[in-house]
Amino acid sequence: MATHEFAAPASHAHAAPQGFIRKYVFSLDHKVIGLQYYFLALSAVFVGMFLSLVMRIHLIWPTASLPLMGEIKPEAYLSLLTMHGTIMVFFVLTTAPQGGFGNYFLPIQIGAPDMAFPVLNMLSFWTTFLAFLVMLSSFIVPGGAPLHGWTGYAPMSALQSSGPGEGLGADLWIISIALFCVGALMGSLNFITTTLDMRAKGMTLMRMPLTCWAWFITAILGLLAFGVLLSAGVLLLMDRNLGSSFFVPMGTINGQITSHKGGSPLLWQHLFWFFGHPEVYIAILPAMGLASQLLSVFSRKPIFGYKAMVYAMLSIGFLGFMVWGHHMFMSGMSPYSAFTFSVLTMAIGVPSAIKTFNWLGTLLRGRIRFPSPMLFAIGFVSLFVSGGISGPFLAQPVLDIQLHDTYFVPAHFHLIMGVASIFGIFAATYYWFPKMFGRMMNESMARWHFWFSFVGTYAIFMPMHYLGMAGHPRRYSQLTEVAYLHGLIPLQTFMTYAAFITIAGQFIFLFNLFWSLKYGAKASDNPWEATTLEWTTTTPPPHDNFGGHTPVVHNGPYEYSVPGAPRDFVMQTDPEVAATH
Amino acid sequence: MASFSSTASVDSTSVALDDREIVPPFRGGDGGGAGPGSPDYRTRLRRARLGLLVALIPVLMLFVSFTSAYVVRQGLPSLDTRTNQMVRDWIPIQLPILLLANTCVLLLSTASMELARRQTKREAALSPAGLLPRDLFGDERAMPWLALTILLGICFLTGQWLAWRELMGRGFYVATSPSSSFVYLLTGAHAIHLMGGVLALLVAGGAVLLRRPVATRSILVDVTAWYWHFMALLWVYILCLLEFAH
Repeated sequence: MATHEFAAPASHAHAAPQGFIRKYVFSLDHKVIGLQYYFLALSAVFVGMFLSLVMRIHLIWPTASLPLMGEIKPEAYLSLLTMHGTIMVFFVLTTAPQGGFGNYFLPIQIGAPDMAFPVLNMLSFWTTFLAFLVMLSSFIVPGGAPLHGWTGYAPMSALQSSGPGEGLGADLWIISIALFCVGALMGSLNFITTTLDMRAKGMTLMRMPLTCWAWFITAILGLLAFGVLLSAGVLLLMDRNLGSSFFVPMGTINGQITSHKGGSPLLWQHLFWFFGHPEVYIAILPAMGLASQLLSVFSRKPIFGYKAMVYAMLSIGFLGFMVWGHHMFMSGMSPYSAFTFSVLTMAIGVPSAIKTFNWLGTLLRGRIRFPSPMLFAIGFVSLFVSGGISGPFLAQPVLDIQLHDTYFVPAHFHLIMGVASIFGIFAATYYWFPKMFGRMMNESMARWHFWFSFVGTYAIFMPMHYLGMAGHPRRYSQLTEVAYLHGLIPLQTFMTYAAFITIAGQFIFLFNLFWSLKYGAKASDNPWEATTLEWTTTTPPPHDNFGGHTPVVHNGPYEYSVPGAPRDFVMQTDPEVAATH
Repeated sequence: MASFSSTASVDSTSVALDDREIVPPFRGGDGGGAGPGSPDYRTRLRRARLGLLVALIPVLMLFVSFTSAYVVRQGLPSLDTRTNQMVRDWIPIQLPILLLANTCVLLLSTASMELARRQTKREAALSPAGLLPRDLFGDERAMPWLALTILLGICFLTGQWLAWRELMGRGFYVATSPSSSFVYLLTGAHAIHLMGGVLALLVAGGAVLLRRPVATRSILVDVTAWYWHFMALLWVYILCLLEFAH
């Protein structure tokens, strides 16, 4: 058993709750809140996946009548598209990596008994939960869900008469996003304060695991970005309901002159993308931190270039706020602005390449183990590279004129932001499941799940690049009416069948998750032989995380294969090896 | 109930009058209760202030976005359907003079808020919070200043409402012109944030009346005071933006 040093007995700000409601529902414990976020995201991902499945079916069989849904009308297709994007981006990619795993493991990995403000933490979850309910409720109100896409472009989103879902459904959509912003801001506040103020003795910033750095930087991005989205949402609600004209120009909508005048739809785009681009990094940074962690653990090697990884993440976050204009090349911006945005966007390739180089450097000559978390971490790197490589293409205004609004764009962002981040979530689930629930997940099922997901997602999203290059527009609900798209229908059909198989693979994961909760093999305290603080405490961790003590940190987070050490890993709390090392 | 004279010795290591010394944290908590074993006063105060500082960033970002929208919208032309030409539709609004009076009220309230903050701080310093957490020290000298701040805050909010009424009387509604939309937006968003401050002051006042531990009270009043000062500064900025940024 490893030697750990503890400081004086620590206290916990709130006693362990006894009743069911205080323990599992309105809990102040960051671990319970983390799990609540996780299961919220799990529900959301299946809703989002179902919507994408309906879209894929509709694209191939546009006149098919689906059970309970009937035939999908073009406007219903736009609703599906809007809700799929919104639910996936906000309630899955933002919620699970940060709200879920960040909440559960940030305090433990820095040696704190809880988040800095537990009540705020609880409020943050319940606000997000409420936002999710409000979002779902837009399906069942008259007119249905909105049609304006997850980007909510004005003037469509700003006028109640612009489409069937743009009445109450769109109002609920905006209110849900605003609530989500408030919840995310409360979460970010907690993450930043906790990281800065509650680290255990010896846990200097440069001894923090890269997961903690990723959560910390993500929280800073969230803090700066969600306030801007909130402001845009307020302006949009005013335009819709109070008659103001921030985003609505004078013109006719559905043959009627609007009472609005002088507003600018571009203003919405600027405000939205000032949030929207950092949001991409909010989704991907936690997965980057996790991939770094897992590649080091399972290569039994220190991470290659720890400091470079930290600075790369910081520069990605910093540059992320300067590139929003690359979403707006087609909006008629000055070529000089477009050039600036283009150069800054391609500059993000530098820290991204540093990270990829370091991940590969970590694997090089490692004694690599291949359990399921490692497979998904390598899968993440693969998807990050495949999706990232199309970024510099889209970053050039000249190429973007051709590729904009074609399937090339969904191909790019699904690989790099969507599936790569989802692979991060899967890797985190397989890696931390033993710590969270005290049991191992079934490895055979996990491997099947990996291969279904890995091959499946490539099969769905790689062909999208070709569709895009062939000029296939996004958001078209029916392809049979457009002659030049006929030749591309076989590729669409292939993608739909690939989606069937990939989605079927996700049920292996779902089954494994719940099956392992009850029947998984009992996990030891440190089944992966990892070094960070969560593996020094019991499985699952007690209410105050470390059983009445606060750990003292002596080592960095990636001390693997240290020469002279008795084992091939040195715990962060191990004082003896630190003394000789 | 124990009583102390004002000359009682104060253990300088367990209490702090300011946050000059920042030591590495060892313990966590929620800044809530102050039972035995909870983080000490200094840690809790530092954490609460840090939390507030972080919380002010999105508030700032909200108003930065509104400002950028304000600047962009001012410069945009609009189509005049009568002449079929692009014209500037930005009508500058004469702000109600009442807003100046409201500004004075808000600035006065920050002064009383600061006095309340210093008073509770002194009480916290004189009462060894860690040893006798539920003891009150002396009479509640901060209470009148807190009450005055709440009163002035409500006066300010009422004044803002009256200013809105005046604008409506002159025919300027939210939808009338882009400039009037922004007046309502900026003053409204500020008023909502200040209402949050009034609510926090009521909670702080309640903590005094309910005789919550001195340290808890002091922290509550301290962070509310900084928030209140920020709101006053923000208001001056909004007023300058509306008055001078043409």
